[in-house]
Parts: sequence; C-alpha cells; structure tokens
Amino acid sequence: MTKRFWNEYQKEIAEDHFFYERSCIRQTFFPGSETAFLRMMREELHKDIRDEENQHTCTGIGYHSDFVPLETTMTVVARLFSLMTEAGYKNYVPSCVTSFGIFTEMVEMWKHNPALLEQTRENLRKATGREFEIPENLVHPSDIIYKFREELKKNMKYQLVNRFTGRPLRVVEHVGCHYAKIFPEKGIGKSEFPHVLAGMIESWGGEVVDYPERRHCCGFGFRHYLLQENRGYSVANSKKKFESMEPYEPDFIVANCPGCAMFMDKWQYTIAEMENKTYDRDGYGIPVLTYEEMAGLLLGYDPWELGLQIHQVQSEKLMDKIGIKYDPDAKYRGANGKILPKPEKPRFLKQ
Amino acid sequence: MINFGYSISTTRVVNLDNCDFDKLHQLEALVPSFKRCMNCGACTATCSAQQFTSFNIRKIKSLYQQAQYDKLSKELEKCMLCGKCTLVCPRGLNLRPIIMNMRKILNTK
Repeated sequence: MTKRFWNEYQKEIAEDHFFYERSCIRQTFFPGSETAFLRMMREELHKDIRDEENQHTCTGIGYHSDFVPLETTMTVVARLFSLMTEAGYKNYVPSCVTSFGIFTEMVEMWKHNPALLEQTRENLRKATGREFEIPENLVHPSDIIYKFREELKKNMKYQLVNRFTGRPLRVVEHVGCHYAKIFPEKGIGKSEFPHVLAGMIESWGGEVVDYPERRHCCGFGFRHYLLQENRGYSVANSKKKFESMEPYEPDFIVANCPGCAMFMDKWQYTIAEMENKTYDRDGYGIPVLTYEEMAGLLLGYDPWELGLQIHQVQSEKLMDKIGIKYDPDAKYRGANGKILPKPEKPRFLKQ
Repeated sequence: MINFGYSISTTRVVNLDNCDFDKLHQLEALVPSFKRCMNCGACTATCSAQQFTSFNIRKIKSLYQQAQYDKLSKELEKCMLCGKCTLVCPRGLNLRPIIMNMRKILNTK
C-alpha cells in the first residue's frame, strides 16, 4: 500500500463553538464566500459560530510590507482576541490565511517570550482597557471544512464529476503559503504534503492535478504587488504555474488563501491582455474558486449569491459540466432586485 | 494594448533539458580538473582582471556548466592568463588551460 505521509501530521480542530474573524480582502473579491461558510456551519453542520461585528484588520498586509511595526500588530491581534474572550469563546477561526499566519506567529512569539505577552497585555490595557486570553484552538476555516467534509458530502446535490463524460473533474489545488509554510505543524499534512484542499476534492468526487509547479508561490507576496512597477514579477509567478498546469487541462483551480485565488484569477485576464494567451482550450480561462465557493456550489447554493459573477474568469462552463442549474438573467441582479450595470468585457478573455 | 504600468518579468530559469552540453563534455575531456570545482570563488577574489573589469571566473564557470555559451566569448577575452587563480584554488584546478580551451571551443582568440 502507498504510504501517505500527510497522515502522520494531523492537527487538532475543535468540534464546536467557534469565533469567526472576517478578512479585509476576501469581502471585496469573494463577497459570498464568508457568508457561505457561515451558512454551511449553521445550516449544514449545525455548529455554533459567532460573526463578531466589532472586528477589524489583523494588520497582515501592512505587517508583511513593513509598514506596521511588530508591537502594533501584537496589540491589534490582542484586541481581536479580547473580542473573542468577551464573547465567551475559545476557538478562533480567522477567514484569511494571512491572518491565520499572523495569529499563529504572534501566539508562538508569546509562548517563547512571556515578557512580550505581558507587554502586549499592558499595551492593550492602556489603549483600550481590555483583557484577552490566547485561543485554545486556532484553526483556519478550510481546516473545519476538511474535518467535516464527509458530513457536508451527505447534504451535497452535486459531485465534482463531469456529467458529459462521467469522469472526475481535474482540479488544481493551491494552498496559501501562510497556511503551513510558516509553521508546518499548523497545517493538515504539514507544508510538504498539505492535504487540506486535496482531501475535499477527493472526498467530493474530483481528481487532484499533481503538476510540476504545484507548490510554487502564486505571486501574491505582498511587496511584489504593492508597487505597480513590481507587478511584472508577481504575474511571472502565476504565469509559471499556469504554464505548468496547462498540459493537464484542469477544469478549475481552488485555493484557500485570498491572495492566491485573487491573483490566479485576475492575472489570467492580465496575461490575456498582454500576450493574448489563455491556459484552457477554448479561451475562457481556468475558473478559480475559493473552497467555500466549491463547497457551496456542490451544496446547491445560488452561484450568484456565492459571488461567482465577481470573478474575472467566469464559471458558467464549469457549472454546465457539473450540471448546476443557474439563472443567467439573475447574474447581475442586486440584493434589492435591481439589475446592476454589466462589467466591460475583456478583449481576449472570452466570457 | 492596455498600459498596465508593468510588463511580465522574463524568467531566468535555465531549463537544462533544452541545453546542448557537447561543449561542456569537450572541455571536461581536455581538462578533467574542471569537474572538481566547488564554486568557492577564490579564483574570482584574487583575479587581477576582475579589479578593473566585470570579469568573473566563477560566473563563467557556472554559465559554461549550464551551457549558457552566448555571452561567454566576450567575457573570456578579458582574462590575462596571469595564473593567480590557479595558485589560490583549494581544489587544484588548472585554470589557465580551462580558459584557453574554453576560448578554443567557443572559437574566440
């Protein structure tokens, strides 16, 4: 039997009672994903999860770009933990992979340097008069979906199967660097065999594409894209991945990091504009989904409520393959029922 | 085309599967000590030519090993064949014949 190395590295994921922290950029680029996750937790898995209204940034982008000093980040993280403590929760779930990395890093620093923890407590007390406890369980939402993937499967209406051919869909999975590359033992399967997304794909009927640049960075990298002049380096990273996955003809890409999903989606448009090149056969691009969107689609959630129309590469072809029903007229209908203006069509990327 | 304010950076990765290593094997046959190099850079550190030009023996050796011959001819002209590099090499590479034979193989003077 093949030895599955990732089996040796498991992490503890709490059963219930989670405190959810939303992400800055995910709410902009994947507006339906977080709502879908909360819906899955409450309606499908019947878990208690708190969506706190007073939350704020974790400083992640500023921290990794050297704009925000470490002490500030620690105090901001401490304030977020104080919200959890005040609400009576002990299991912290940050939506963003970068936030997950930040929290893990701060907790690890406090563990090794108690004086720093005391200083942070003092800073928070002076700034806000609040107290905080370190979470007993700190996990990413993709860990929770991974843990309960078989329970979710029972409620799913669709599978990751091409209904025309009956074959499993070929899925490229991309795990965010800050999920397991900073602290490998904090990820399911560690950094070398991250199984968090592959496990979902395999359980839900798909086939994971193992291509040469599978673990290559997506190109997000904070500093690489903050300055416009540097973005060529960022696109080059994504391009390298696309070129590597192209011969395997993936049906879609799934990511658990906001940056990865965003750039692998948007850079396909940029590369198409610059070089008139797409990485699928028909010129539509490879759809990029978040793991919540993938799960939501299979559970039968409305694709437009999941926010798939906000993506650069459109997902209708993929939904047709799976057999998901959708209303094309409702694609740009706002929450108030009004039809919103349609976005301008790209020149080369078909839609 | 839309002006994005940047262009896609070209990769500097060398795909060894697409390289022609005939010239490398030719050199290794003529000067077998070439294989012993461990890239320490002592040759470059002591080189008189590198004091005044961009000449870098270590870089030349790496480019030759990766079959990146295009820019080498011009670089090899800068060597004065003084032999100081041979004196300091901890692996005993015979560097003057290496440079001379590289020139011959690449058809430079």
